[in-house]
Order: sequence, then structure tokens, then C-alpha cells
Amino acid sequence: MSTELDSGTPTGAASGDPNGSWAGGRVAAGVSLKDCRPQRRRLWRNRRNTALVLLAVGLTMIPVVMILYQITAKGIATMDWEFLTSSMPFSFRREGGGFLNGLVGTAIMVGLASLFSIPLGVLAAVYLVEYGKKNWLAKLIRFFSDVMTGVPSVFVGLFVYTALVIQFGFGALMGAISLAIIMMPIIVRSTEEMLKLVPNELKDASYALGAAKWQTIVRVILPSAAPGITTGVMLAVARAAGETAPLILTALGSYQLTAKLWGAPISSLTLAIFDGARNPFAAGQARAWAGALELLIIVLVFTVVARVVASRSRISR
Amino acid sequence: MNERTWIAENEGVDVPSLASIAARADSKTEYGFGEQPVFSVRDLNVHYGKNIALKGVTMDIRPRRITAIIGPSGCGKSTLIRCFNRMNELIPGARVDGEILYHGENIYAPGVDPVVVRRHIGMVFQRPNPFPKSIYDNIAFGAKINGYKGDMDELVERSLRRAALWDEVKTQLKKSALDLSGGQQQRLCIARAIAVEPDVILMDEPASALDPIATVRIEDLMQELKQDYSIVIVTHNMQQAARVSDETAFLYTEVDEATSARWGILVEFGETGQIFTRPRDKRTEDYVSGRFG
Repeated sequence: MSTELDSGTPTGAASGDPNGSWAGGRVAAGVSLKDCRPQRRRLWRNRRNTALVLLAVGLTMIPVVMILYQITAKGIATMDWEFLTSSMPFSFRREGGGFLNGLVGTAIMVGLASLFSIPLGVLAAVYLVEYGKKNWLAKLIRFFSDVMTGVPSVFVGLFVYTALVIQFGFGALMGAISLAIIMMPIIVRSTEEMLKLVPNELKDASYALGAAKWQTIVRVILPSAAPGITTGVMLAVARAAGETAPLILTALGSYQLTAKLWGAPISSLTLAIFDGARNPFAAGQARAWAGALELLIIVLVFTVVARVVASRSRISR
Repeated sequence: MNERTWIAENEGVDVPSLASIAARADSKTEYGFGEQPVFSVRDLNVHYGKNIALKGVTMDIRPRRITAIIGPSGCGKSTLIRCFNRMNELIPGARVDGEILYHGENIYAPGVDPVVVRRHIGMVFQRPNPFPKSIYDNIAFGAKINGYKGDMDELVERSLRRAALWDEVKTQLKKSALDLSGGQQQRLCIARAIAVEPDVILMDEPASALDPIATVRIEDLMQELKQDYSIVIVTHNMQQAARVSDETAFLYTEVDEATSARWGILVEFGETGQIFTRPRDKRTEDYVSGRFG
């Protein structure tokens, strides 16, 4: 008699194999462990589950790989020195030209947005972890940060549009403000998690040496958490670089290369891709593919560089 | 200009001069001329939130001695030692009443900045906790935050020599402190503490995370250091207390049967030899002879 442990249907699993009995429990005298065959049913289940997991991994990878392949394959044709160094022609029909205007716009707006949001976000996180802890203000900030991460970015664009653009006009500054609003909650929450990971022993060591609270924060807590903070910040920067909707409402987009911070609409890579992709002309669409490739590479390079810098700066291990 | 002076000048704190110590010695002391206690603990109670952790501790800690605090787990040893440099305040809800006089001045008096207290009273913790920086920067940290203007290289070397670590690390000062072994890390933490030239070094079970050889090195080091510093050590290892300390305080847990609240009390305090060979209290005798604990 074999012992059926599984509650499932005992479809012949127990029959046939003379050694198919349960291998658990005490082995009878004179029986080697080698004689105890694993139950076939269990082996089968194990293989099936491994296969399912691998299948799930494969399925998830499909869109990623396809996106990367499509963008690279279609973008590489138009990607050349001219594309990188010149701005859009004034007609989608015309070939040549590039997205320099968009590149400059993205650089300006993401740069400004980082300038606004990184210091504020990191300081807010320091407040949450080191000062506010669980008081009502800290709870409020945490709650609204979570809400803000979930808000569709077009709403942020609409907010900046009604609050500022209507009065001051489209421009890089407006775009940067909307991007900063999107980046801030990501930075606050990820930095907070990283600061919480700084061991209390390190803080104790600093305080015991007579360091004031701000000295401990600046010289011990922030440096220890720096690699993690950098990763969170990079996520936020990548997210901002890929935003389109809020920029339509705040930067508007432009064919011309401009570096004006306000008063004039400005392009961004995403806006240029958006414009190129929805026009019916082959030349414009080709530029959009190349623009997508450019943005992809920028985000990739940025992320990799940040990772390397972060791991270098980590003195531990 | 020595370090004690620069700290004193930077902080405007009265570090007792020889003259003032001599003047104070006119008052009646237990220990005779010129030996005022470093700490006089007077009726100290510590609460964490609504719970009382330590009740009615009164004791004097003598200078240039090693004072051991022993007792079973949870009796408030660490709580007590963390009162000496006001580290308990970092724990939310902790409250201290009573007095701790440091050279006659209450460190819990209003207007006394805990940061200043900690610059005079260094601490070494149970687990070695070097900063994730280089060995050099670990030692220089305390001096830098205190505005030390002198020769940093010299200070680092002197502190490491003092902690018997210099020969092992002198060629790798730029290496991460986390690459050192546990025992080396703990000596680094001691070097880091003495780099700010404190008056007292508090050690909270400094060897409990170390192997026996590293423990012996720390104990030897303590004997060295007591020529210049007053040392208070918490230990759950009675042999260690008997080996290294000059005086021993035995703490024990009292339980309120009605509410099952527990708190620590100071049962007995005296010369280490007396505590271990002729304890006055039955509980001390039971504990040091291993009958419970």
C-alpha cells in the first residue's frame, strides 16, 4: 500500500511503480535511501511548475524585447550625426534634420525639474525619517506623496496649465515645474525608504562622538544612504524624461531650437516623437523612430552610469 | 595646545582645572584628597513611556578606574550606562529624573546641551559600528565635527596607537573600516572615541560580539587606557568584570507581583574584589556564584 499525500485526484499515481511509495518516515531496516524513489506525481508537478514559471518569465520579456527591437531596428536607419546635431525641418514631409531641439528641451526641462525636486524631495524625506517620524504632518506628507505618485501625469499638466501657463504662457520653466511635481513624490518615498535602512548603530556612533543632529544627518546618514538615494533619484529622472502628457500642456512643443527658459514654447524629445509619430509622412515618422531610440539610449546610459557611480561610492564591502 | 583645552575653548564648558579640583577636594569625600568622583549618580530613575526601567540608583564613579556594571539580562545595565552621556534621550519616550553630577555639575540640568556632554563622555557600543568610511576618516570624524584645527594625521596616528591598532592598519588607512575584522573594528571604535580626547569612556558590552582573543586584546587595552581615562563598562560576563574592573555595580531586576512590572535596581556597589568574594547582599552572592542569572 502506498500513502497518498496529495489531496488531488489519485489517478494511478499510486499504482504501477513498486517503489512509488512515500519516501518519508523511517526507512525500513536494510533498505537503502537509493531504493526510495521520489513519487512520480511529485516529480511531474515539479517539472510542470518550473515550466510555468519559465513561461511567465518568457511572456513578460516579450513586450520588452519587442519594444527594444522595434525601436532599434526602425530608429537606427535615421539615426546619424545629422539627426543628433540638427533641428526639425519645418515640414514633416521633408527628409533630414533631427531632434536637437527636442534634445535640448528635454535636457533643460529635466535638468531644471531635477534642480527643483531633488533637494526638496531629499530634505522632505530627511524630515520624515529624522524629525517628523509619526507625527500628523509626516503622516500627511506620506499620504499625499502616495496619492501624487498615482495621479495621472496629464492632471499635473492641467494643474500647471491653469495655475501658471494661462497667465505666463508656455515655456521650459512651466514644463520643468510639472515634471518636478511628478518627480517629487517618487524621490520623497524612495529616499525615505533608503534613510530608514541606515542602521541606528551608525547614528548612535555619531551622536556619541558629540555630533549635533544636522552633523549626523549631513556626514553620516546621507552619505550612508547615498547609493540608494541615487537609484531612486535616477528612477524619477528617467520617469520625467519619458513624460509627454504634461509637457503638451506646459511646454507645447516647437520646431525651433530654443534655450529660452520662459516666454517661448519649447520642444522635448517626447513631444517631437509624439508629433512625428501621428503625422502621415514617412520622413516625419522615421525621425520619430530615431527620436525614440535616442531617448531610450539616454535613459539607459543615465541609469547605468548612476548604478556604477552608486556602487563605486559605496565604500562598504 | 592639547585637545582638552581646544574642546573647552570651543564649547565654553568648564573643564575642571587642577586648581578647581583641589579646591573641591576640601569638601568631604569618601576617597580622600584630590579624588572627586567623576560621576555622582543621585536617585536616578529612568522611564520608557509609562514603564519604569531603573529605580533609585545612587552611586559614585571614581576617576581613572574601571567600573563594571553587571547583572542579568533586562536589568537596566545598558539603560544606566546610556544615562551617563544622555544617549537615552535618542530613544523616543525615554525620561530621566534624578541627578548625574559630572565633576559636580548636573548633566541633566536645564541649559546643558547633550551634544556638549557627549563630547566629554565617549562611548563604545556592543556591536562594532564603524562608519562606512575609510579608517582614517573614521578617526578624523569626531575631530572634524568638533572643529579640530591641529595636525589631523598626527591625531589619527596617536589615536590608533593608543588603541593598539596602528601597527595593523598603518599601511591601509584609506581602506574601508568595514574590511577590518570584528575585533579590529571594535578597537577602531575605541580609537575613534579617544580621538576626541574625552574624559570618560563608556563601554556597553564592548567584547560581547568578539572572539576570546579579540576580547583579551580589548581588556588589555582597557587596562592601558585607565591611566588616562575613567572607564565604565557594562558586561554580562562576570569573569570579565572580575578580571578588568576596579569597582563593580550589581544591578538586579525587581518584579512587582501585582502588575508584573519589572525594573532594575542597584543592589550592591563596591570594590570588585569585595563584590566577588565577600558580597554583602544575598542576591549578589547568588548571582556571582552562578546560582541564577
